[in-house]
Amino acid sequence: MRVVVDFDLCESNAVCMGIAPEIFEVRDDDFLYVLDENPPESMRAKLEESVQRCPKQAISIAED
Amino acid sequence: MTSTAVVVGASLAGMHAARTLRLEGHEGDIIVLDPDLRAQYDRPPLSKQFLAEDLDPDRIMLQSAREDLGLDVRLGTRATALDLADRRIATQHLDGSLDSVPFDSLVIATGAAARRLPDTAGIAGVHVVRTVDDSLALRADLDAGPRRVVVIGAGFIGGEVAATCRGRGLEVTLAEAMPVPLERALGAAMGEVCARVHVEHGVDVRLATGVERLDTVTDGGVERVVGVHLTDGSLVEADVVVVGIGVSVNTGWLEGSGLTLDDGIVCDDTLLAAPGVAAAGDIARYHSRRFDRSFRIEHWEHAIAGGEAAARRLLAEQRGEAPAVFDPVPWFWSDQYDRKIQLSGRPEATDIARVVHGSVDEFRFVTMYGREGRLVGVLGMNRPRHVIQLRGLIEEGASFDEACARAEAM
Repeated sequence: MRVVVDFDLCESNAVCMGIAPEIFEVRDDDFLYVLDENPPESMRAKLEESVQRCPKQAISIAED
Repeated sequence: MTSTAVVVGASLAGMHAARTLRLEGHEGDIIVLDPDLRAQYDRPPLSKQFLAEDLDPDRIMLQSAREDLGLDVRLGTRATALDLADRRIATQHLDGSLDSVPFDSLVIATGAAARRLPDTAGIAGVHVVRTVDDSLALRADLDAGPRRVVVIGAGFIGGEVAATCRGRGLEVTLAEAMPVPLERALGAAMGEVCARVHVEHGVDVRLATGVERLDTVTDGGVERVVGVHLTDGSLVEADVVVVGIGVSVNTGWLEGSGLTLDDGIVCDDTLLAAPGVAAAGDIARYHSRRFDRSFRIEHWEHAIAGGEAAARRLLAEQRGEAPAVFDPVPWFWSDQYDRKIQLSGRPEATDIARVVHGSVDEFRFVTMYGREGRLVGVLGMNRPRHVIQLRGLIEEGASFDEACARAEAM
């Protein structure tokens, strides 16, 4: 699975970072960085929670 | 076993309840009722992007509304009464037809409605912001280029509307009845900082100032607002008035149902209101063990968490499993101008508020709230990383001093 972030929508609320800091990091420049674009299957639940809790609906999961 | 679940309310909490019921094993019908023909939309944009730009309502649809979850969503259908003994909900459709819907398990997520100024119904130019239709109507009035917008109430909705209007180049007066805005939510010192953000952006901020009455003209049979008489004795000429003075819960249809109502539906600490009946979102009142307070939280994220928890509560009951306690640390955000205000936890006006990072004067800082030696809140302005990371310390029940030291080292 691949993490897809729509950076036009992302407003760096950092909710995803709170749920999955292994994948998402908002840095001091207030921008979101994806640390692991292809996280292991064991991260799926956290990633799906990040998708649901993103206030901007900016995160999705691509299966490829 | 096939059973029917009914969810009343197709907004954020209700849709997440329905989604969770389906994804986590409910096999029977899931019927979702809502009087709003649009429903299923996301509310935060209504006071921000949706008001600022010419966005189509489809653009703010909830993700769960686009998923194939096999839900029976009945929009335009209002729940009018609950019969707990007969396990049945009376409904009225927009076309006037009456019906009833039987249920085995029920999630109530009928939310809240915006409070209005008394005796202002039907006056053109006077708005609240709660629904898509509210926001569309306000946007149309803003598009017409009003001389000035008066925003009544400097809470988060009022603050966002004021910021959006300034972003559109409009003159704005922001009137707040209390001496300091947001004092109950953030304390006086931080409320004062939030007020200053508006002043810096050219808003005419009037504190400790309420509305005496509206000034209106009647033209062609339509009464329209042209100004606001404020309690400081002034008359502010304005073609648009936006009222942001809080909400009242939509519990009227539950009077006499046997559920306990007290500014919300009183639930236990697992969101159960009665056997087989759970509540979620703005309407759910429950006891937070973490904060030792009775909570009714109106935050966006809390609606998601509550919807999921209410669904799981009912599934646990059906399966004879032990229920989970609902006690997440509240979190919300508010975007105003180029500032992002975020709050984790649930501070009170009497808590200690200590700025631990950044600068209040630069509107870029982190403030920690302490009560009885414990960390109970983290406020950030343009510090999203800090607020999210420090939220974990509230979850851990960290001491205030230790948490401040950790924050200062970040």
